[in-house]
Amino acid sequence: MLRLVELTKTYPTGDQALKAVNLEVPAGQVLALIGPSGAGKSTLIRCINRLVEPTSGKVYLGDVELTTLGSSALRRERRRMGMIFQEYALVERLTVMENVLSGRLGYVGFWRSFLRKFPQADIDEAFRLLDRVGLLDMADKRADELSGGQRQRVGICRALIQDPALLLVDEPTASLDPKTSRQIMRLICELCEERGLAAIINIHDVALAQIFVQRVIGLRFGAIEFDGKPDELTPEVLTTIYGEEDWEQTIEEVDEEELDEAAP
Amino acid sequence: MTTAPIASELDLLIGTKWKKPSFIQRPWLRWGLIIGFVIYLIAAISSVEVNWARVYEGLERGAAFIKAFMAPDFVSRWTDIRDGMLESLIMTVASTVVGVLISIPIGLGAARNIAPLPVYLLCRGIIAISRALQEIIVAILLVAIFGFGPLAGFLTLSFASIGFMSKLLAEDIESTDKVPAEAIKATGASWLQWVNYGVQPQVFPRLVGLSMYRLDINFRESAILGLVGAGGIGATLNTAFDRYEFDTAAAILILIIGTVMALEYISGIIRARVQ
Repeated sequence: MLRLVELTKTYPTGDQALKAVNLEVPAGQVLALIGPSGAGKSTLIRCINRLVEPTSGKVYLGDVELTTLGSSALRRERRRMGMIFQEYALVERLTVMENVLSGRLGYVGFWRSFLRKFPQADIDEAFRLLDRVGLLDMADKRADELSGGQRQRVGICRALIQDPALLLVDEPTASLDPKTSRQIMRLICELCEERGLAAIINIHDVALAQIFVQRVIGLRFGAIEFDGKPDELTPEVLTTIYGEEDWEQTIEEVDEEELDEAAP
Repeated sequence: MTTAPIASELDLLIGTKWKKPSFIQRPWLRWGLIIGFVIYLIAAISSVEVNWARVYEGLERGAAFIKAFMAPDFVSRWTDIRDGMLESLIMTVASTVVGVLISIPIGLGAARNIAPLPVYLLCRGIIAISRALQEIIVAILLVAIFGFGPLAGFLTLSFASIGFMSKLLAEDIESTDKVPAEAIKATGASWLQWVNYGVQPQVFPRLVGLSMYRLDINFRESAILGLVGAGGIGATLNTAFDRYEFDTAAAILILIIGTVMALEYISGIIRARVQ
């Protein structure tokens, strides 16, 4: 479904953020991208929808090659890639509903969006999504009135209303408390399953990733160091990704948490 | 073994006084600048010539002026004052609306983070021209072209508003949070949609505030522009001074002050509402 071929990004400063990354994501697979800060995780997902222009290499979304597209074709393809951001990235002075409907901007013309006259089907879908994430009664609130977890739910709705085939998720839980983090991760993974979406989730919290995803990619210095199932993440693997540290603690914690999850 | 000298260096520091490093590191430069500034200040003050005899005479005229202001005369020239005020208000509102409408596209073009370089340079050029020419000079030119009257004043104020509004709007756009704008771009939005959803909500309160401020400035400017024949309350004020009718002039000035204060009050309410 998504295929990266020799994807490379060199910033003008000379920093090589991605070194010829090859990756294939089948439809419906949720994968976590882990790695230390500066490993190129954010660059990788931004190169896919070209918020950052890759220096070389190819990105295939289905059959379409994205790196050579002109601006209007790129906008058409961006509709198929929903993005969820670390600090929610909501437009704070717009209402929750406007923020969600902004996910349809790729589909409606300028005047319709300017006058906020979205097709009824979009409005219905927005209500359904808000209901699904439990924010239906917040629709007319302004985005800056919501709590962190609520804002991230709005961000999820905005990404999903695009009717994407792929979700690009950049540190969805970095600014949330541990409980909300889990709720958000669970929500994202459930929604991906419901809708058969593939997702790439950048995440710092290794334990959290292990609980929810089917596949983990470890990135270090812009290159893939690990690609496997979450339970294959041993202390040795974590050392190759992050460097020397006592990892037993992290992993044990995961085991306990998994039991907790399984219990109810 | 290697830790011993480090520890002793710390020991040396403990108990010593600490002072914030000076802003200018080199002492000779620091003291040079301070002494130079003091000398300049003394020289500058002593170079101002004051003719105390003239000041003494002038005090009397000043007192007459102020006394006239204590008894403002709204009545004897009321029709002139009313017409002048109306003309000024019309000029002010029209030029602010036109100025703001034109300055929005120019402001967008002059924001480096959203406009390509050629557009940016063109728009910055327009702003620079508009800001470089002082209102009075523009007004004299336009009065020469269009003749006496409020049309020249309206055009002058519109022209001046464009430079002012575009520059401040562009700077506000440049300092917007780029994360929400990026999120809007990621949805596949077109450029106009991106501006409408990602940028406009962030700069809107400031745009409204600036527009109200510009309305205020334009009203005050309209009083000045009358002096060079560009119509409005300024023309009435000028006539009053020419006829030595200080009581009428006082009435006009009081009206101008009152209007500016009213505008300030209204703008405060509006800005609080759109936050």
